[in-house]
Amino acid sequence: MVEFALPKNSRITTGKTWPKPAGATNVRKFQIYRWNPDDGKNPSLDTYFLDMDKCGPMVLDALIKIKNEIDPTLTFRRSCREGICGSCAMNVDGINTLACIYGLDEIKGDVKIYPLPHMSVVKDLIPDLTHFYAQHASIMPWLETKTNRPAKEWRQSIEDRKKLDGLYECVMCASCSTSCPSYWWNGDKYLGPAALLHAYRWIIDSRDEATGERLDDLEDPFKLYRCHTIMNCAKTCPKGLNPAQAIADIKKMLIERHV
Amino acid sequence: MRFLTDRKRAEGRGAAHAGTEHHWYMQVSAVGLAFIVPAFIFLFGSLLGAPYEHVIAVLSRPFPAILSGLVLVFGLAHFRKGAQMMIEDYTRKSTRKALVMLVIILTYGLTAAGLFALAKIAL
Repeated sequence: MVEFALPKNSRITTGKTWPKPAGATNVRKFQIYRWNPDDGKNPSLDTYFLDMDKCGPMVLDALIKIKNEIDPTLTFRRSCREGICGSCAMNVDGINTLACIYGLDEIKGDVKIYPLPHMSVVKDLIPDLTHFYAQHASIMPWLETKTNRPAKEWRQSIEDRKKLDGLYECVMCASCSTSCPSYWWNGDKYLGPAALLHAYRWIIDSRDEATGERLDDLEDPFKLYRCHTIMNCAKTCPKGLNPAQAIADIKKMLIERHV
Repeated sequence: MRFLTDRKRAEGRGAAHAGTEHHWYMQVSAVGLAFIVPAFIFLFGSLLGAPYEHVIAVLSRPFPAILSGLVLVFGLAHFRKGAQMMIEDYTRKSTRKALVMLVIILTYGLTAAGLFALAKIAL
């Protein structure tokens, strides 16, 4: 049976409250999930206060400011700070998103930051994405061809190239997969929206010659058909993509093979 | 402890090459039920509170009898497949298998009992 409550050692306790910045008039409260695998304690929600007159506009700016000026032990992934690398995906204000492109002005009241839901936590805001990446690798995210390599390049028409728009932009941040209840309950087998969106990206690539094999590999009650069109993936995608549409299109292609 | 690679865990036992027929059946039966269930509800609703003889007479006619039979067969088949999906979502291992079997037995039993009752009325 799936677990609907957190295990005892994962229940979140009240953590440390850091002092407010002296003399600041525009102060904002941040509550951030903390968990250290080395101290044996339960996760906690630490409270920080930032002077917003001296803070950048994005959630990642605030996190970096906290790490640099208040608490250097706060741990999170980040790299490009412009929504391209997908490293800083986390749950902000109840929504899975990229901290670098989520504005603090989009949040009303206190800012609550948690790691991506329903994933093992490595530390603080860092989820363990090992299985997620392995699932992505399992859909063979590369061009598969059988024809001899052409002398110059694999050609593609403008119309066929356009079919990849809305798919190739995925940065594998895992916001969609970790927002999907089906992935929460059956993530061991269900590939999840991100991997399936990437699978579809290669299925409809006019240059790829393994379409049948790719569809064969997806035709499974758990790998693909756990998607119940809940649409959380499309709602949460920080890049504005629609993985649910890609999954529906894969299902349609599979039906067309049968009917 | 099992020393499996991440890829091995992700691949599992590979694809079952099944599920499309289940998905297609659910779509087709959903469309069909969208038409026959309202008609059945209208028929059943018009019989509420009617005398016993009148109800028997109406259900003995070909259209109401066939409509009731279709709702029984396709409604319960749709329920069986939907319930199986739900059970697979939330349960694991032996519990999953036992519950799926229970739902199959329950729906086949209900379908048989319903068709028997209908045949007894209509024939």
